[in-house]
Amino acid sequence: MFYTVAALTLISSTIVVLSRNIIRAAFSLLFSFFGVGLLYALLSADFLAVVQLMLYVGGILVLILFAIMLTNRVESVGEAHQSYRRGPAFLLCGSLFAGLVFLALQVPWKPGPATAFVPTTRTIGEALLGPYLLPFEAVSVLLLVGLIGAVVVARKESRTESE
Amino acid sequence: MSMEIGLTHFLVVAAAMFSLGILCLLTRRTAIGLLMGIELMVNAANLNLVAFSHHLGNAVDGQVFALFGIVLAAIEAAVALAIVFKLFQTFNQRITVDTASLLKG
Repeated sequence: MFYTVAALTLISSTIVVLSRNIIRAAFSLLFSFFGVGLLYALLSADFLAVVQLMLYVGGILVLILFAIMLTNRVESVGEAHQSYRRGPAFLLCGSLFAGLVFLALQVPWKPGPATAFVPTTRTIGEALLGPYLLPFEAVSVLLLVGLIGAVVVARKESRTESE
Repeated sequence: MSMEIGLTHFLVVAAAMFSLGILCLLTRRTAIGLLMGIELMVNAANLNLVAFSHHLGNAVDGQVFALFGIVLAAIEAAVALAIVFKLFQTFNQRITVDTASLLKG
């Protein structure tokens, strides 16, 4: 099960990176996000798996697809997007990956006691309104600021501003 | 399948996703392509947080942290796409990040 999901995630991530067609990359990103959600489920994080599906697949990905459709002319959507500096980039990322894997294998992790699966939604809710109340409020303010900022940036300039 | 699926497996998957995200940032020139790379990297970081939370302790703290990470990624995508729209209005062509290299007051 794990190997299937991991292969799905990594193969579609590779297509995201290497595909020359931006639409194909966006649709591969769908499977990538979906795979990460399944991995969350394998880690017995049920609430996060659902949040991943709703926010990433239902929100961010739709936003990205909208942006692609709106900012490319229809005839150029499938056009090849060239990329630069492939050799050094591959070298750098390969060595980064090797280093991270070396680290993950080298460190003697001490696993805690294995526990049976318990639903996490209630615990997360209580943690958000208990010890994590301040970050929770800060994130909500940040969300508001980001929303207003996005509207301000994306709208057409009004008459009073251009004068 | 002799080996048990442990923490290391998830760490390796997350490391591969993170490296792919950096590769995406380095090789792509379109703004939306760069955004996809960033999303891959955020996903890898969140996967690490959840894996550590599951394997090294019983607390739910890592999952709450990953939740904040997801929210931050959503905000970032909204703002980045607003900038992409603005660039498209201004330059009226496909947005590569080299197009917008001139800062104009």
